[in-house]
Amino acid sequence: MRPDAQPVLTARGVFIEYEVDPPVKAVRNASLTLHRGEILGLAGESGCGKTTLAYGLNRLLKAPALMTAGEVTFHDADGRDIDVVELRDESLRTFRWDKVSMVFQGSMNSLNPVMSIRRQLHDVFTTHRPGMRRREREARCAELLGLVGVDPSRLSSFPHELSGGMRQRVMIAMALALDPQVMIMDEPTTALDVVVQRGIIREIMRLRERLGFAVIFITHDLPLLIEISDRIAIMLEGEIVEQGTAAEVYRAPRHDYTKRLLASFPSLRGERGDFVRRGADTTTGDAA
Amino acid sequence: MRDIRQRAGILEAQHLVKDFRLRDGVRLSTLHAVKDVSFSLEPGRTVALVGESGSGKSTIARMMAKLETPSSGRVIIDGKPSADRGRGLAQYRRDVQMVFQDPFGSLNPFHTIRHHLERPLRIHHPGWSSSQVRNHAHELLERVQLTPASRFADRRPHELSGGQRQRVAIARALAPGARFIVADEPVSMLDVSIRLGVLNLLADLQREERLGVLYITHDLATARHFSDEILVMLRGEIVERGPSDRVILDPQHEYTKTLLDAAADPENLGMLRDEVRNGG
Repeated sequence: MRPDAQPVLTARGVFIEYEVDPPVKAVRNASLTLHRGEILGLAGESGCGKTTLAYGLNRLLKAPALMTAGEVTFHDADGRDIDVVELRDESLRTFRWDKVSMVFQGSMNSLNPVMSIRRQLHDVFTTHRPGMRRREREARCAELLGLVGVDPSRLSSFPHELSGGMRQRVMIAMALALDPQVMIMDEPTTALDVVVQRGIIREIMRLRERLGFAVIFITHDLPLLIEISDRIAIMLEGEIVEQGTAAEVYRAPRHDYTKRLLASFPSLRGERGDFVRRGADTTTGDAA
Repeated sequence: MRDIRQRAGILEAQHLVKDFRLRDGVRLSTLHAVKDVSFSLEPGRTVALVGESGSGKSTIARMMAKLETPSSGRVIIDGKPSADRGRGLAQYRRDVQMVFQDPFGSLNPFHTIRHHLERPLRIHHPGWSSSQVRNHAHELLERVQLTPASRFADRRPHELSGGQRQRVAIARALAPGARFIVADEPVSMLDVSIRLGVLNLLADLQREERLGVLYITHDLATARHFSDEILVMLRGEIVERGPSDRVILDPQHEYTKTLLDAAADPENLGMLRDEVRNGG
């Protein structure tokens, strides 16, 4: 499925504040449009408000954080528009995870250590699909693990028996459970080794092609974002300072901060760029 | 074999091996964390050690810093086996210092920055007067670009940013007059935009003071740009070594190629998507 022009989630003029003394304006006037089936990268340094904004889109903000202004609209596949900000109690509960799911930062550690993977996956269905039979649930759980490349026999395992990469895959399976239309991934692979990270990214891309969900991918790893995203938004101190396709952001960055961010990643195979080692070379060897 | 005079000023690891005993219930098993690793650090040169977590990189760092005793093999400094206790060990610690990964955990929150720098100076230079120690601490702060030094000296770690703390950690490592620095992932916990600054600082100091640096990292790109030689580790063994540009641009070992393929490269934008789309 190719990303088309149809939006699935739009945010307009979102302001989020942490109501502490003095108040922290974590997100200022952020507007985003996520199209069906696309990967939108959200990049920025720690503390720039990217996680706060993601929580705002999913109505996960907890006091003292408060969305002070702005609208978030979810455009359902059946044509209905849902005003996310106005959702209350039961309607909010059915919205979350069903329409928009999330893979949390450091989610390797967010599995419950004293519950088996089976119980934790079943839990999603007993909560959101109360009519589902036990046997159906079991089949669906096994299918989900298969989707993310974990052997279904691992259902009986406890989190500590799985490697970091496998735990992360289980978290992605859990986020996929209800066929959401949007998945928000907050630094899903940061704590993992590069080779494992690569495997998981590939898995996410493959699943997206198959299932057609849209992804908001949050990370500070700009080279990775440029490689995988359709569009990228760059955040600085709570504001989105630049938005564009991955190619635009990479080849023709407009904002100074984007340029600076790009320059802080050395190129692996290319020229040295800013990464010339300074200082007088005291060796006679080939070091540049 | 070079004679002793030629080997003066060189820190060598010779056939280092480290085994850990693991207990699983009543069964004992052995984990070979490091298997027969040899390399040498020379003044003014940086050697990068790259590999995934669990490959034994940090165990090597800890053995070089004498925080861990090798199961077999030796650490040679200036052509002589390094001491394991007493005065010899104190001298070794003066020569070889470590910069740790976590700048939030490696400084004591209770003490001022001044204390962190003056204490090693006092320990390693017992003859110095208070004003000498104080001046030298200020000099160190200025060397790591925390200026003016007087503004930083009396602060506590929580008042500094991650990058500033890592600079303090580097100054602390230099305080005893170290000739060799073992830097274990010195920038992986810092924000991307300040990593370059800290790495450049290390490079400056390395060149100016002719330090021998062992730079441990999982980031191939900075390993290439900031070191002269790269050692690639896989499960406790060095599978490839060579000049940094050669290892990155013309990798020989399968594992090095896997690592390089896994590193994100913005030049490949859209490639993974198309690959997956066309039935990958």
